[in-house]
Amino acid sequence: MASDREIPDVPATPDARDRPRVGVDDWVAEVEERRARYTGVSGLVRRGLAYVPAPARLAAFAALGATLPLWMNRGDIFVYGIVTLVYLLLALGLNVVVGYAGLLDLGYIAVFGFGAYLYAELSSEQYGLHWPATVSIPIVVVSAAVLGLVLGIPSRRLLGDYLAIVTLFFGQAFVVFTNAAGSNVAGQDVTGGPNGIADIDPLSFFGYELTTRTQQYYFLLGAVVVVLAALYFLSESRTGRAWRALREDPLAAEAMSMPVNRLKLLAFMFGAGIAGLAGCIFAAVLTAVTPGNFDLPLLITIYAIVILGGLGSLTGVVLGAIVINVSFQFLAPENPQDNARILFYAVIVLLLVLGLRPWWRLGAVLAGAVVLGVATVAIMEALAPSWSGGAVVEGGRLAGVVEDWVLIPQGHGRFGDWAYVGLVAAILALTLLRGWVRTVALVPTIYLAAIVWENSFVEQPAVARWILFGSLLVFLMTVRPQGLLGTPRVEIV
Amino acid sequence: VELPLLLEVIDTVRQLGWTGALQLFVNGVTLGSLYALIALGYSMVYGILKLLNFAHGDVYMIGAFIGYGVLTALGGPLSPDLALAPLILLMFLAAMLGAGALGVVIERFAYRPLRDAPRIAPLITALGVSFFLQNSALLLFGAQFRTYNNFLLGSDNPELFEPGPLIQPAFTVSGVNVQTVQILVVSTTVALMVVLTLLVARTRIGKAMRATSYDREAAAMMGIDVDRVIASTFFAGSVLAGAAGVMFGLLYGQVFHFMGFLAGLKGFTAAVVGGIGSIPGAMVGGLLVGLTEAYASGYLGGQWSDLTVFGILIFVLLVRPSGLLGTRAIQKV
Repeated sequence: MASDREIPDVPATPDARDRPRVGVDDWVAEVEERRARYTGVSGLVRRGLAYVPAPARLAAFAALGATLPLWMNRGDIFVYGIVTLVYLLLALGLNVVVGYAGLLDLGYIAVFGFGAYLYAELSSEQYGLHWPATVSIPIVVVSAAVLGLVLGIPSRRLLGDYLAIVTLFFGQAFVVFTNAAGSNVAGQDVTGGPNGIADIDPLSFFGYELTTRTQQYYFLLGAVVVVLAALYFLSESRTGRAWRALREDPLAAEAMSMPVNRLKLLAFMFGAGIAGLAGCIFAAVLTAVTPGNFDLPLLITIYAIVILGGLGSLTGVVLGAIVINVSFQFLAPENPQDNARILFYAVIVLLLVLGLRPWWRLGAVLAGAVVLGVATVAIMEALAPSWSGGAVVEGGRLAGVVEDWVLIPQGHGRFGDWAYVGLVAAILALTLLRGWVRTVALVPTIYLAAIVWENSFVEQPAVARWILFGSLLVFLMTVRPQGLLGTPRVEIV
Repeated sequence: VELPLLLEVIDTVRQLGWTGALQLFVNGVTLGSLYALIALGYSMVYGILKLLNFAHGDVYMIGAFIGYGVLTALGGPLSPDLALAPLILLMFLAAMLGAGALGVVIERFAYRPLRDAPRIAPLITALGVSFFLQNSALLLFGAQFRTYNNFLLGSDNPELFEPGPLIQPAFTVSGVNVQTVQILVVSTTVALMVVLTLLVARTRIGKAMRATSYDREAAAMMGIDVDRVIASTFFAGSVLAGAAGVMFGLLYGQVFHFMGFLAGLKGFTAAVVGGIGSIPGAMVGGLLVGLTEAYASGYLGGQWSDLTVFGILIFVLLVRPSGLLGTRAIQKV
């Protein structure tokens, strides 16, 4: 057995996740086996979902959605129901452009804003038009689709990155324009400037006005179901397959005599039309539009939805919209901090459960974090009382536990900021570590995350959620670019 | 037919006269130097990785805040502990090194894992990084404007506006004022560009950069440490962005967490107008964008200047996608 020792550092079985997947032929060859090998709970869910046919999934979604007003109060229907559905509608449109056709459109929100503003111009006191939604919605949807076409015509020659930047400029130009065109464009007030347009008419069809939240919710749900069904048929159609071919390899698609330019324009038009529809409903439900509604944060939110759910997967987009909006609302400043706190710790535990195997390692890490916290608080209380004993922001079910576990100093103003910088550094360092060192390093990182939450994020949940969304995009792109339910893309080089 | 807008513009042009036009030229050149510095970072990274680094504008913002931090640590803007010249030098050095380090960290942790991924992945990552940096700055530094230039005022009392040594006119030629800080910004920019040009043209690492940008795989086969070359490219680009951040603070007196986004877009416009991947192109593009912005805000009003710049970008992309000084990319299959 001495010969074994003479070979220095034979690498052990390489961690499969660390190997580059792109261009590795055996990885490509094994893809079917890997799909069949989904194990555990996630495998069960995945295979279960695959057995449910798409119409049944849609029916289940519609039925569940329809029960929402029965067990939610009026405010929650708006925040959790209507907003989720508007985001979902937007994400579905973006999914056509980015998910199916693979065109990175960063000006998408501008088309949404265009739809909302056009509806506001047609159905409000701005020009005294007051057209009913029966007339204005078709006009807006068609004009939004035409806008998509107009945007697409010059962009069709541009390759991926240039397309992204031109559309990003278009999005920014829209915000600048709506802000600037308020006071006077040749003596006319077009967009109301930074204050936007207020007192927009509710949606009205043949004299019947949708004024209550419940009515609006059901209308929106109906629109989403129709769009979902249409997109399902579209994605299974010849055009849908052509889009996917275009996404995977534009050059090969062109060589196969696909009308690449026309396909791109079609994708832009579909996405823009859906965005226009979402814009109408958004303007009518909110009864006001301002330029600030259509800025970068919304773009990031919609991208987070599409990417979390999985580019190109309708079920994924639905799940993504629900997950993102619910966590978004939990982190809203007006929401009780307790919900946000529970969500934060639950997500950490969930990530650990998904990422740590075997189970005893998970148990050890969690126990280590608890012991570390209690010990730190006890030691600091004995040594430097000013460094502990700060009040937990807002009570609630977890507050009592948190007080004994997380270090909250009194009157050290920048403590939370430094902890945040430390946390970012710690997470980056974690990605460099491997094996048991990583597991051990996980313990203080978790505790640091708790400290950052209780000292810094809890005061500014609105900022915290943008930070978390930005990190989510980076994290997903590195770890799981296909999202929750997307199919991994295989690039054969 | 009445054209009130056009008449208004003509009226403004007449009112400002030649002196006004020259003053706008001076302001535009100063602004253009800033954009040129930002554009260089975009251009270098794009040249080597074919990646649009959306986070570049936010590196510039972080640079501005590092400069502010040094200023605050050394006694604050009202009564700095150091004389003006060493203080400004220190601010520049800290911001450049800090921004450079940030650029390397971003490359290492966000972009390197995606180097062979489909092209949409690093773009979305870049968007995420940009958003992350903006909001981290909002969390750490707050939403309010931070004032750089009280120490530029001659007096401790900000109510008494006495122009300090930096914003006093260094000289006046027939009514056109040239401030000391404008001379400082333009000369620093020129110096940095000369250094960068020499770095790329004359040194070993510059040669490696050019080789890597020409063909990464072939460069790797020739024994070039591609990872190191890419990291140094990010470092160089971010150093320039950090310097530009401090310059912005000195010029306009205020920094805030969202300043990187628009500046990044304009820097990118400069890079594209000049021809992305080309260093002299970035300089020309920066000047063009800066002059456009200065004249547009002088003649049309500040709220239209951004739209004018975006219009130029879209026009150039449609008419000459490779930019003024760029070479047309030939796609090989």
